[in-house]
Amino acid sequence: MHARTALAVAAALTLVTAGCVTINIYFPAAAAEKAADRIIDEVWQLREGAKPEAGGAPANGERQ
Amino acid sequence: MNILQGLRVALVALLLGLATLAFAQQGDLEINTPAIAALKQSMQQRHAQLAPLYASGAVGLARDGTVALRDASSVPLPQRAQVNTLIAAENADRAALYREIARANGRPEWESDVRNTFAQRWIERAQPGWWVQGPGGWVQK
Repeated sequence: MHARTALAVAAALTLVTAGCVTINIYFPAAAAEKAADRIIDEVWQLREGAKPEAGGAPANGERQ
Repeated sequence: MNILQGLRVALVALLLGLATLAFAQQGDLEINTPAIAALKQSMQQRHAQLAPLYASGAVGLARDGTVALRDASSVPLPQRAQVNTLIAAENADRAALYREIARANGRPEWESDVRNTFAQRWIERAQPGWWVQGPGGWVQK
């Protein structure tokens, strides 16, 4: 009985380890998009008119 | 019993490792390296010359993360060589940028993924009037 439980745990461990490796291999698409947008902002100077304000107001504050 | 205890310890250690890894995965990609900064600056300076070419439709944003001469006839003949040089220089910088980002994150094999991500974002963020390459060919935004 113990041997069977040990086997099940070992199998689970193997799966977890495999999952670990898989996670590490995956390309972080969301982080890459964020990085790309930051670089595009700078290269195309898209944030030039929207300088950060000292008051910490949200960047997308609307003006009526 | 000893085996089970050992396995339990190993499982806890693995889960802790997994949590650390998952946390690391949520972080940003490393883009703050001297090489990437230099490429950004070079591309930013070149953009002043490229922007009118995007607007006129002479140059478009291609699907593979490069820029391409889309309509040579809209460039006066004497300036065509200069435009081609500009395009070649921009594409060299872009290729280096994608490579450097992959390398800065310790994953040189991510280069093509980085390129694809950039290709989508360049096109997505192109200004109205610019030409971008869709699956079916060139379209004006």
